[in-house]
Amino acid sequence: MGVFTASPAHAAECAPDATTGCVQGVIKTSAGEPAAGIKLTLKGAGETQTAETDAEGRWVFSVTEAGKYTVSVDEASLPKGQFFKSADSREIEAQLNNQASALFPLTDNEAEASGGDAAAAGNGGSGSSSSADSFSWPRFWQQFVSGLRMGLLISLASLGLSLIFGTTGLSNFAHGEMVTLGGLLAAVFMGITGNLWLAGLLAVVVSAAFGWAQDKILWKPLRKRRLSLMQLMIVSIGLSITMQYLFQFFWGSGVIRIDKSTPATWTVFGVTLTVQSYIAMGVSLLAIIAVGLGLMYTRFGRATRAISDNPALARASGIDVDRVINIVWIIGAGLAGLAGVFLGLVFNGLNWFTGGQLLLMFFAAVTLGGLGTAFGAFIGSMLIGMMVELTNIWLPGDLKYATALVLLILVLLVRPQGIFGRKERIG
Amino acid sequence: MNFWFELLQSILQIAISPTTAAFVLAAIGLNVHFGFTGLMNMGQAGFMLVGAYGFGVSVSYFGLGFWTSILIAIGAAVIFAIILGIPTLKLRGDYLAIVTIAAAEVLRMVVKLAVLQDVTGGPSGIPGNKYRPVFTELSPLPDGKTTILGLTYANTGVDDWWTRIVAWGIVALFILITWLLIRSPWGRVLKGIREDEDAVRSLGKSSYAYKLQALILGGIMGAFGGIVMALPAAMQPDSMGRPMTFNLWMIVLLGGAATIFGPLLGSILFFVVRLLLTSLAGEFIPSSLLNTQQTEQLAWVLIGLALILLVVFRPQGVLGNKKELSFNV
Repeated sequence: MGVFTASPAHAAECAPDATTGCVQGVIKTSAGEPAAGIKLTLKGAGETQTAETDAEGRWVFSVTEAGKYTVSVDEASLPKGQFFKSADSREIEAQLNNQASALFPLTDNEAEASGGDAAAAGNGGSGSSSSADSFSWPRFWQQFVSGLRMGLLISLASLGLSLIFGTTGLSNFAHGEMVTLGGLLAAVFMGITGNLWLAGLLAVVVSAAFGWAQDKILWKPLRKRRLSLMQLMIVSIGLSITMQYLFQFFWGSGVIRIDKSTPATWTVFGVTLTVQSYIAMGVSLLAIIAVGLGLMYTRFGRATRAISDNPALARASGIDVDRVINIVWIIGAGLAGLAGVFLGLVFNGLNWFTGGQLLLMFFAAVTLGGLGTAFGAFIGSMLIGMMVELTNIWLPGDLKYATALVLLILVLLVRPQGIFGRKERIG
Repeated sequence: MNFWFELLQSILQIAISPTTAAFVLAAIGLNVHFGFTGLMNMGQAGFMLVGAYGFGVSVSYFGLGFWTSILIAIGAAVIFAIILGIPTLKLRGDYLAIVTIAAAEVLRMVVKLAVLQDVTGGPSGIPGNKYRPVFTELSPLPDGKTTILGLTYANTGVDDWWTRIVAWGIVALFILITWLLIRSPWGRVLKGIREDEDAVRSLGKSSYAYKLQALILGGIMGAFGGIVMALPAAMQPDSMGRPMTFNLWMIVLLGGAATIFGPLLGSILFFVVRLLLTSLAGEFIPSSLLNTQQTEQLAWVLIGLALILLVVFRPQGVLGNKKELSFNV
């Protein structure tokens, strides 16, 4: 999850400066999931510190003296069925005003494991990539299902983005923040009610209400003022900045966990995911099918498609365009909120930038499928989800979002209207 | 009284800091893109990153000299602009926006790769002392410190007068270049593309070629912004991400798109107002109510709101002319 460190505010846990050096790393399970709650000890320069990995599997020590340190991992705190691939302790050369990192790759194959007492690796593994074990079919299968999960979660958000784009023409840069809002609200309601289902439901309802309010207060008046689409896009960028920092203001920049208990896992056909992941996939699929059927067969759905095709003609034929757009905002924001709840559960926590991080994935999905077509957004999302998780097998984990963006750029090169888009939308 | 004096001094300090100059440079480039040509470039931070790393890696990894490295940085920006421009300039404006923002993010992720640790320094970037010497050794200034208007910096060093002189010198040069270009026939074609691309085409001009040239020119300016930003500090991939691009947009819209001095005024206003907000809040609001970090976050919230209000109520900014401003699409 190296990508979550993208935000400068997140580095606040240990910021290297003239008197501080950082020793850090990320521990992932053999399935590529961040491993939380692993205990580590740092020894050296006459001091001993302990730390625990957070929900993203990150651990960090800050040291005030340069020199050799030894980081060791408590084997008893590893998740069940996980073993050290190479070593359980490493020597690190820490420098002030700099970061040093160490890797502790895990494996689920006991035979492959080195045994905890293996010699400390000479170079401290600093900076080596966290990528890419050799290819194996079980790993491919595991990543494939993770890709399905990622794709379904991206679909939830990109459906709303696509519907809003289709009916209003707005490229909504604040859509990622609606996702984050859903997850953060779920954490709040979880704290109040203690029931995960109820908390999730309330979060989605409040998210949908926020979509309604956003359209009534902001977007509808702006449409009436006849702002150009580019101006609206910049307005959404402003809204996104505002919301991101409001999140930081109220929730801080750390990781917020919705469900604080250790999630149970299920192994089905050789794929190990948390129970919550399976439920999230099921509910997402149901929600997507419901929206799809609604668009196809209800009066409202037909009206939405009519507006996407030609707003002026739709208005002339008696469709209340503003009301339909308002409902589209409600649905879009509700779906985004649901995506946020699931992202927070599946990845064991979220922060103020979780949605912003994924925003470009949503855009990639929507563009790939064809701007403004709901079915295209779904297919595009599944492709992007697969891409993100499967590239993890061959390329370093830091690149998993990059490959999806490269795909986006290539698609725009070759077929700018996307897979299902029609050509006349362009240019 | 002391507080106000110090505040004035820090305003002066931030107004002439190399970082402000770097923002002005990148904003001038963005203004060439958006203000004069109407291109929605949402990846200006990518151009800054290309410039900064083109320079930094050439010096620190390949051991090249100052001028060669600058040429490599310019070359990298030109290539980046061509790669971005060729596929997208024929498409509608929002496609360029999405492609540029995506390309800038991809670049940032690639530069951060742990595999490239030896070349780019990975997530922690390249420390300044690895590339700064080639720049400081060009300084003709004598050793020692100089105080001007109560601000004391070393003549040549880490955070010095030499960097400031060069940075603002480049700003002046680029403002002059934009002024000359925009009143030239070439600049009139650019404005024509912004106003009505079909009309320009009907006169036999290749709007595509002109747009690509504008993208390259603004990109080179952005690359210089990146270099200037990295010179007094270190090179960090995350400092040149999406927030940077959005800030540049804020600056261009605030100062006035399609004006010569808009980016300059916008940058200085942007930094001074942010400084005023945070220091006034720090002085007069007790820290039990708002701590420094929260003040900083609220300042950002205000920046977001200001961006919304600007675009809605005064899209032409402080200096601009509403007739000159066009948001295509």
